[in-house]
Amino acid sequence: MEIIFKHVTHAYEANNPLAALGLDDVSVDIKDKKFTAIIGKTGSGKSTLVRHINALLKPTDGTIMVGDREINAETNNKNLKPLRKNVGMVFQFPESQLFEDTVEKDIMFGPMNFGVSEEDAKTAAHDMIKLVGLDEKYLSKSPFDLSGGQMRRVAIAGVLATHPETIILDEPTAGLDPVGRKEIMDLFKNLQSEGRTIILITHNMDDVANYADEVVVMHDGKKIAEGTPMEVFNNQKLLTDDVLTLPQSAVFAQKLAQKYFKFDQLPITISDLSTEIKRQLNGD
Amino acid sequence: MNKLILGRYLPGDSLIYRLDPRGKFLITFYFIGIVFLANNVVSYGFLLLFVLFAVYLSKINLGFFLRGLRPMFWLILFTVVLQMFFTPSKDPLWSFGILTLSKEGLVISAYIFIRFVLIIFISTLLTLTTTPIEISDSIESILKPLKAIKFPVTQVALMLSIALRFVPLLIDETTKIMDAQRARGVDFGEGGLIKRIKSFVPILIPLFVSSFSIAYDLAIAMESRGYKDGEGRSKYRVLSWSMRDTVTAIVMLLITVILLFIRSY
Repeated sequence: MEIIFKHVTHAYEANNPLAALGLDDVSVDIKDKKFTAIIGKTGSGKSTLVRHINALLKPTDGTIMVGDREINAETNNKNLKPLRKNVGMVFQFPESQLFEDTVEKDIMFGPMNFGVSEEDAKTAAHDMIKLVGLDEKYLSKSPFDLSGGQMRRVAIAGVLATHPETIILDEPTAGLDPVGRKEIMDLFKNLQSEGRTIILITHNMDDVANYADEVVVMHDGKKIAEGTPMEVFNNQKLLTDDVLTLPQSAVFAQKLAQKYFKFDQLPITISDLSTEIKRQLNGD
Repeated sequence: MNKLILGRYLPGDSLIYRLDPRGKFLITFYFIGIVFLANNVVSYGFLLLFVLFAVYLSKINLGFFLRGLRPMFWLILFTVVLQMFFTPSKDPLWSFGILTLSKEGLVISAYIFIRFVLIIFISTLLTLTTTPIEISDSIESILKPLKAIKFPVTQVALMLSIALRFVPLLIDETTKIMDAQRARGVDFGEGGLIKRIKSFVPILIPLFVSSFSIAYDLAIAMESRGYKDGEGRSKYRVLSWSMRDTVTAIVMLLITVILLFIRSY
């Protein structure tokens, strides 16, 4: 589903001396079936932005179109289920949402809330536990007996079990080991290639370079840039304003550029970097 | 979650903010006590004027105090209506079975209403202008004499300040977990009573799990920094009693005297 933000403003605690602008006149177009990364410093409004997509927050001003569903300040809390079924959301540290006595029941919780039959929900649980890279034997265990990384996978399985068309990820790999992080990110990339729309909030610029098609840069509740990772990481103004940092490959390239090498555009992934180095070493 | 005004601190600066929290704490309770001395229009009017003056001195918008009334609305309505219809009278304006409406009843219910407003306003004033940690410090300081009878004052104060510190943390955690479960299709406040109660299980269990883990982390952090209570711990926040606190206390005494005078007049 295409998601369009039109002049969205969100004030926390409106009409109150403690009022603070979470979002300030943000217009963004998140394209269907693309992998969009949202980056920005802590407190820049990334989480506030994505919470509008499944109406956990409502805008103070402006509208959001999710497919053909409109969300604005007047949207009421009834009938949000179809929207929330279509927009899955993996929160930061999603393991804190686990509560059932077995992993299987916890994964089935989402689908059953959305009116899926018990049998279908069970099938979904079996499919999803394998999808997130855990053995089916975990289904009968208590989620609280698992390790942190396994709990994370179970929680992600619980969100994917409703087969959402759009998946929002709020730092899904924070605190995971490097292998686990790569597995999880590859999983989401695969889901995208099957036709889902992925929205990722992250502080990891390498993930942005390696996985994202589009990048939205947030700063102080405003959208300050958008484009492909290549465009954003080569935007000198963003770098000098200290709004974002570069992926490792680009940092490496910057150092190489101090001697011998010359890059028109900073390569942002390892494969880009190595191709470019090879090309220049071969003397072209 | 953020709608509750009673019990919430509002950052600001004014005379009321600068008063010693110990004094403010005691005076608030003292004031709630003397509200019950009032017994006629003049005395209630006098107290109401005093409270409004205190609100004015705090430089906080009156709207905050009115919003503080909101969660108590049903309680106030219930009490007022009860007084209105169940006050026995020899000269009822209207009666039906055990229900009687009389002039006395109306007057008493009006007094009860003002009493509620006074008490809620003054306690809202205390919490809006005093941080929870100041309140717990002042309770510690007030309880100090109890050390003589081996009452664990410092432990109680520590428990109190940790409990207070956990309130915003748990509110954040609850909001987060509710959002996560909403995203998984839970509708809070929809359906029958049983369904509504059941919908809180997915919040309560994660909340318990995370509070235990936060508490455990806190205990480890405190121990690794060598926390040990007892004699000789110095304080980071030092409370100081100054002239304006003495003046406030004297004003309170004056109000008591005036009240007693109006009362018997």
